Amino acid sequence: MTARRLASGGLIDRTKVLRFRFDGRDYTGHPGDTLASALLASGVRIMGRSFKYHRPRGVWGAWFDDPGAIFNVALNGIELPNCPATTTPLIDGMEARAVNAWPSAERDIKGALDLFHRVLPAGFYYKTFMWPDWHLFEPSIRKMAGLGSVDGQTLEGFQTDQIHAHCDLLVVGGGLAGLAAARAAAEAGQHVVMVEDHPETGGSAYQLAQIEGQSPERWVADTVDAINVAGGEVITNATAYGVYDHQLVAIAQDRGFGFAPRLIRMRATKCLLASGALDRPLTFANNDRPGVMSLSGAVEFLSRYGVLVGDQVVVMASHCLAHSQIESLEAAGVRLRVIDPGTDLPRALSGKYLSALEIRGDLHPCDTILTSAGLTPVLHLWSHAGGKLIWDETFATFLPGTGPDWIEVIGAAAGTFDADDALAEARAKACGGPAPSRRYSYSATPPEAHLGSRHRQWIDLQHDVTLDDIELAARENYVSVEHLKRYTTLGMASDQGKTSNIAGLSAMAALQGKSIPEVGTTTFRPPFVPIPLELYHGAHRTQQNRPLKRLPLEPQHRAANAALGEYGGWLRPGWYGGGDPQVEVQREALQARETAGIFDASPLGKIEVMGPDAEAFVNFVYYNAFNTLKPGHIRYGFMLTEQGVVYDDGVITRIDENRFIISCSSSHVDGVYAHLEAWRQDGNDPDRIFVHDTTQNWATLALTGPKARAILSKVDLGIDLSNNAFPHMQMRTGTFERYPVRVARVSFTGDTSFEISVRADAAVTLWDALSCHANPIGTEAISILRAEKGYLIIGKDTDGESMPHDLGFGASRTKKSAAFVGDRGLHTEKANGPNRKRLVGFEVSDGAAPLPTGAHVVTHSDGKQITRGFVSSSYQSPNLNRPIALGLVDQRIPEGTQVELFHLGKYLTATLCAACVFDPEGERLHAE
Amino acid sequence: MQRFPCPFCGLRDEREFHYAGELGKTRPATFTKVSDKEWRDYLYAYRNEKGAAEEVWVHLTCREMFVMCRDTVTMEVIETRALRKEVSS
Ligand SMILES: [Zn+2]
Repeated sequence: MTARRLASGGLIDRTKVLRFRFDGRDYTGHPGDTLASALLASGVRIMGRSFKYHRPRGVWGAWFDDPGAIFNVALNGIELPNCPATTTPLIDGMEARAVNAWPSAERDIKGALDLFHRVLPAGFYYKTFMWPDWHLFEPSIRKMAGLGSVDGQTLEGFQTDQIHAHCDLLVVGGGLAGLAAARAAAEAGQHVVMVEDHPETGGSAYQLAQIEGQSPERWVADTVDAINVAGGEVITNATAYGVYDHQLVAIAQDRGFGFAPRLIRMRATKCLLASGALDRPLTFANNDRPGVMSLSGAVEFLSRYGVLVGDQVVVMASHCLAHSQIESLEAAGVRLRVIDPGTDLPRALSGKYLSALEIRGDLHPCDTILTSAGLTPVLHLWSHAGGKLIWDETFATFLPGTGPDWIEVIGAAAGTFDADDALAEARAKACGGPAPSRRYSYSATPPEAHLGSRHRQWIDLQHDVTLDDIELAARENYVSVEHLKRYTTLGMASDQGKTSNIAGLSAMAALQGKSIPEVGTTTFRPPFVPIPLELYHGAHRTQQNRPLKRLPLEPQHRAANAALGEYGGWLRPGWYGGGDPQVEVQREALQARETAGIFDASPLGKIEVMGPDAEAFVNFVYYNAFNTLKPGHIRYGFMLTEQGVVYDDGVITRIDENRFIISCSSSHVDGVYAHLEAWRQDGNDPDRIFVHDTTQNWATLALTGPKARAILSKVDLGIDLSNNAFPHMQMRTGTFERYPVRVARVSFTGDTSFEISVRADAAVTLWDALSCHANPIGTEAISILRAEKGYLIIGKDTDGESMPHDLGFGASRTKKSAAFVGDRGLHTEKANGPNRKRLVGFEVSDGAAPLPTGAHVVTHSDGKQITRGFVSSSYQSPNLNRPIALGLVDQRIPEGTQVELFHLGKYLTATLCAACVFDPEGERLHAE
Repeated sequence: MQRFPCPFCGLRDEREFHYAGELGKTRPATFTKVSDKEWRDYLYAYRNEKGAAEEVWVHLTCREMFVMCRDTVTMEVIETRALRKEVSS
């Protein structure tokens, strides 16, 4: 046992004992502990295994800078991966497991991997597993190298709430500087929010003996009280993890184990970044051994958790503020020796545990080695915000340079490491003043990297990147720091290089004989700490992300045993009856041709275009001519993109001279509306055209089949339904009960059809009037009926290249006498190419099954199989009593040709035919 | 997340907006002869300016299209104005 808990000191509550397990053994801790501090206090040194070599890892730092101890933690049936031991508050009953270690961190079977380190250099996986395919090796490598496992279960109630907030001043970091700044600004009348990622504010304040004549606990409590009294807000357990455009700071607020963090999207007029500083690690031989720790980390474990990290300690520190930290450790009873390595390479010696530090041939027995090669300001958020980093020779680190006006850095993050200086600076900057000059000077003299050593020196403890790896990368000419990072994976583990960054840069600088600023630094990107993806979507998922559109007649459909499903964003009946789907759909498709069927067509678009320029506008946005359409008449048309590709089809009714109704595809209403608005506002005079989407204001029932007219005659609409008075492709208005009604003779089935539209609130009355005379049919039956007629569905029977002339509608392309959207696109070389795919039908031989949708039409040449088209729709037709199919096939293959089809490794045959296979003369459409 | 001032509704989050193209794209008079190059330029050749760029955006909630001048490097919004004023002037 090397580390131990002191009888007093720290912020923990020794009167209460919390029990937990780690790698199968029982331990205890106290409220206020983290998993790491409780384990350290219990004498546990090895808390994980490294990513690549499975070397034992202990804790290096005391907070978010620790790269070594990552646990899977279970509590009350909830298990979460990737929990850093140093930042996970201890809760009674927790069961923690070191990741990347089996059966436990202390006795890891894969530790033998370390013996093979000479064959696992940087880029090893890339180089070795390229042939024949990395994906063959990836699963086993991932399993061997992972950082935790996920059980795949969705946690009940694990949902982020997302809050939009704003303030005059956001203070990031509740240490000395942050607290002083927040108080000063709040007392000056600013709306202040301060966020602190620890459960309690204070930061490293507890390392100090006194602050302005008070104990740290007293000073912190008084300051927080004063902030609250002045109307400021202090949010603890909250990490500002990213700065985004337009002064958005993203904050993740921890809500306890097993609960999703809360996302606060903070818009701050001003931001003060008081995020502190970290120890820069000293790079030396075997510096990854458990027991080698950050000096600040050790003092933090002492001052917060009352834990002495070692008994016999060697300290190597190369900056001028280390002495006060060394003194506080000595005062707590540590046997401590300070060693200046000078230009020599120290080496840690260890068996199972650390035993000594060797330098210049001398052995210094120790159980713990504490190092600090200097202080590194935490400037990630500054960098996110677009702030520059400048290298300071005296400080031997990056300090904030120029940056945006709204954000400033104070305290240790700005290089103001002395407490009194930091307080003065914070108070001045909180009220917009200039920073007073510092009274204390700081300097650091980190030793240079020892290149060419036969000993392994660790740079990135979590990803197992050694100085050797960086030397290898340099030999292989990875000289850019961005390339180096990706090749060696330096700084790419879940700690994102918080500690390894500067060590890696200094190694690169030594290798290239350059200074660190010449080598440059990599870009910091959000998030600053790992956060669950849940944070981003919050409640925006499933129905709350994209709500289904609901039909006014949904209760009536449900009463008729409809199988409801999503079709183009609407919840619609697929079929009715509650029986076997295949049987019900075939029954409905048969019934619609024998008698009649009622189809709920309410989702069909009803976008009105009005105004003196309406006619010219509709004529312009549609492929077909609409200036010749007479009032009361209906015409089918294609809407194209400017590339000439079919975007939508629909029927357009001219109600009167200056008023049209565009009935576009059900699933395209939003897109068509946006398309119309874009052309109306950008390219036309918007004061002479008005576009209004009334789709959901009207309910539409389509009555289709040979008995449709007879059935509709039983309902009094005040409209003469006879063929002569009311021919196909015309529209009539009438009155149903007391409601205005529109009846359109359009057909998506090839049979006589009437589309009856009433106000949405009259839908039930209309349904009741019609459904006693005919059975309903669902979307699936309609799909069969339209396919029998060769009627296409845009996006199903067309693709991103289909143009009207591929679909049998070539006339307007050459004959239309006015400009229209997509016109020039129809006359490119590609639009006239010989290999265009056109809409066709497929016939299969007697007794064959329906073709699989998506099957490719293939031909062979020079031993190669070439795709010539594909099946887009395929059904069993109950009316023809055989399979039917539509597809897009190379126009050079004529109808009547027997073609070969390929689908999932199997070959089939079919014969190309006309798309329309039912009533090709169209007699039923106009039947009496 | 950026924030854009709709000339009609005021400052709103970027998720309410949709980019609609660069300002100043004039549709060629397609009823006359339009060369392949002219058509290609209209469809695909964007200035893609670095720095101040004039763009057409649509505010999805009020459906109005407007002109936004913004700096594509700093993301600063320099100005927004109604599109329709340009049509009538
Ligand atoms: Zn608006």
